[in-house]
Amino acid sequence: MDLDFTAAEDAFRAEARDWLAAHIPASPLPSLETAEGFAAHRAWERTLSADRWSVVSWPARHGGRDASILQWLIFEEEYFAAGAPGRVSQNGINLLAPTLFEHGTPEQCGRILPAMASGEVIWAQAWSEPESGSDLASLRSTATRTADGWLLNGQKAWSSRAAFADRAFGLFRSDPDADRPHRGLTYLMFPLDADGVTVRPVGRLDGKPAFAELFLDDVFVPDADVIGEPGCGWQAAMSTAGNERGLTLRSPGRFTAAAERLTALWRAEAGPDDTTLRDRVADAVIRSRAYQLFTYANASRIAAGGSIGAESSLNKVFWSELDIGLHETALDLLGPRGELSDEAADAPAEGGWADGYIFSLAGPIYAGTNEIQRDIIAERLLGLPKGRRS
Amino acid sequence: MKFLLDDEQAEFGRTLDRMLTSAGAPAAVRAWGGGDTGPGRALWKRIADAGVFALAVPEEYEGMGPLPVELAVSFIELGRHAVPGPLVETVAAAVLLGGPAECLDTSAAQRWLPRLASGQAMASLAMPAGGPYALDMDTADVTFVVGQGETELHTASGHGTVQPSIDPARRLAVPHIAGGVPLVSGADVGAATRTAADWAAFATAAQALGVGLALVERTVAYAKQRTQFSTTIGAFQAVKHRLADALIGLEFARPLVHGAAVALAGKSPDAGAEVAAAKVAAGDAAYAAARTALQLHGAIGYTAEYDLSLWIRKARALRSAWGSPSACRARVLAAPGG
Ligand SMILES: Cc1cc2nc3c(=O)[nH]c(=O)nc-3n(C[C@H](O)[C@H](O)[C@H](O)COP(=O)(O)OP(=O)(O)OC[C@H]3O[C@@H](n4cnc5c(N)ncnc54)[C@H](O)[C@@H]3O)c2cc1C
Repeated sequence: MDLDFTAAEDAFRAEARDWLAAHIPASPLPSLETAEGFAAHRAWERTLSADRWSVVSWPARHGGRDASILQWLIFEEEYFAAGAPGRVSQNGINLLAPTLFEHGTPEQCGRILPAMASGEVIWAQAWSEPESGSDLASLRSTATRTADGWLLNGQKAWSSRAAFADRAFGLFRSDPDADRPHRGLTYLMFPLDADGVTVRPVGRLDGKPAFAELFLDDVFVPDADVIGEPGCGWQAAMSTAGNERGLTLRSPGRFTAAAERLTALWRAEAGPDDTTLRDRVADAVIRSRAYQLFTYANASRIAAGGSIGAESSLNKVFWSELDIGLHETALDLLGPRGELSDEAADAPAEGGWADGYIFSLAGPIYAGTNEIQRDIIAERLLGLPKGRRS
Repeated sequence: MKFLLDDEQAEFGRTLDRMLTSAGAPAAVRAWGGGDTGPGRALWKRIADAGVFALAVPEEYEGMGPLPVELAVSFIELGRHAVPGPLVETVAAAVLLGGPAECLDTSAAQRWLPRLASGQAMASLAMPAGGPYALDMDTADVTFVVGQGETELHTASGHGTVQPSIDPARRLAVPHIAGGVPLVSGADVGAATRTAADWAAFATAAQALGVGLALVERTVAYAKQRTQFSTTIGAFQAVKHRLADALIGLEFARPLVHGAAVALAGKSPDAGAEVAAAKVAAGDAAYAAARTALQLHGAIGYTAEYDLSLWIRKARALRSAWGSPSACRARVLAAPGG
């Protein structure tokens, strides 16, 4: 058991660090949840991909670097430590791409992945519906067969960044007579500016308008944009969900970097005499380190040919609670300034805590609520009996 | 990087688990708490024969160590089986006498280390970093004492009143120094003491993690068979979610314990902070597991005759031993690496 990086890994880290230092925008980009910020972040994706840093773990032929899982973790650590911008392409990169690698045709991969890597096409996830959140398999939007494709009808909800994104991927009921709710679903992709699509932006808790509802009225999708077999969408979707909760959605670099910023804030603002805040800062440091080491152990397991299954639910609950704890502690540390928005004149220069806090509040809700994750942990990892759910 | 136990290390843990299961550790714990240390000493010998104490003793003194990763594996099992006695103290004493032997007087090392490694001697230990008490001094064969100022190492000459702990299998006493044998003095004692204190906190963290794992395992088994309202209580979501949270706490403490082992093995300048982080996380997780275990067992969990009590009370005691949560948190932030 060791935590030593190879010379090649150290070199990869140094290369990433140097590149980031030379290319990170001089002043922070506007929020990617606004129209202006979305455009700026799209340009940043282009900069990243020009030197093949946007999707390091992908094969080189799709714009990646064939990076190992450990190299990917290293890249992410450097990325967050450097304070680089948020990733507007993350739905596509973290959710759609792994599904295409597993279930997509070579034609789909060749057509979709490079444009995703460069930020030319930004993807939104259209899974949830007003009546179907946790119980996703109860979804009602339909895909109806036509001569050379499908017609989509229904309504999707809570789609992150869909107000400004280009295309969406989602699940639709294609066989209303299937015997079980999660059978007869088809996974497909559609343009957000297609005829019949209405995008209604919805302000998030912070009022930012990139979140959206989608209304679909006879939207045509060609067969080429079905992922996997028609009727077998659930299976493809679930491999995506595993990715979302598991390693790829929240790499530890994000939290170790935030814990370091929090420690610096504590030194500047509080000092060692306030032991209550000190203990909370220490907990944030300890928990981000735990998450990092837990991830190294998982990465080692994957590198040795193993896999992570229901364990990804442990991850999801842990990082979402850690994220809130980090941000709450920072706001409490700031005393009266803790209520200031990041745009306020007196907000700390090393800012982002208020925005980060608002965003962290959603962590226990999206990517499968933490209650659903706790069910999975109890039933699949501890072997407790299934409850009434499904 | 390979941050995983290798096959041999994992098998070592399984072997200890099998041995401790067949030895019927709970009976030895109860006897120990009642003042009959015979079964506990017999168990101690088997643990020593399996090589556990040798892991902390350098090779030149008939040990195999120091091997902190293997030690973590062992102490998790010792905690899982609630093994009584000054386990942590014996390991820390071995580190104190053996690690910096280059700067300390080797005669004490020569005299004691082979006996600690083989299980012939059970050592207790008191150092300023661990508070005024030594564990199980009335049973231990020797108690080492580091005086205030950390410049002198003695053996104790005796002890004050033996005081019960929240965990009936632990007894605490203040050692007497006057009349004890002085072993070493000088500035180097300080460095050796700090290293030994790190190992004590580390072994305590691993032991606490094991205690927490046992609590969850036992509670899961209970929740699968206890029926109320015509259903097994393990099917109730409120029950499931408490157990899921207990597991999350433990599974994220585990890599910190392993990380501390790697830091100690590499003599990293951050080792103290890594150990402190592991102690906080494992202590908190084990304690939360104890609260959950008690709640989900209901009244039977609150009875001393039911074995669960052995772990519930140990979880609380280990939180305070060898570094309080607050002291460890301060240590985490005082680290060179931040
Ligand atoms: C910031 C944000 C971004 C999002 N982005 C996207 C996106 O891009 N694309 C997309 O498709 N969706 C997205 N979502 C939606 C998200 O996936 C859903 O919110 C989530 O699945 C929960 O569904 P719901 O909101 O309908 O809550 P509900 O399912 O109605 O749940 C309400 C409450 O009941 C609890 N509950 C429900 N069922 C159970 C059960 N069996 N046991 C115990 N408790 C239960 C839940 O845990 C929750 O606390 C996003 C959500 C947020 C907040």
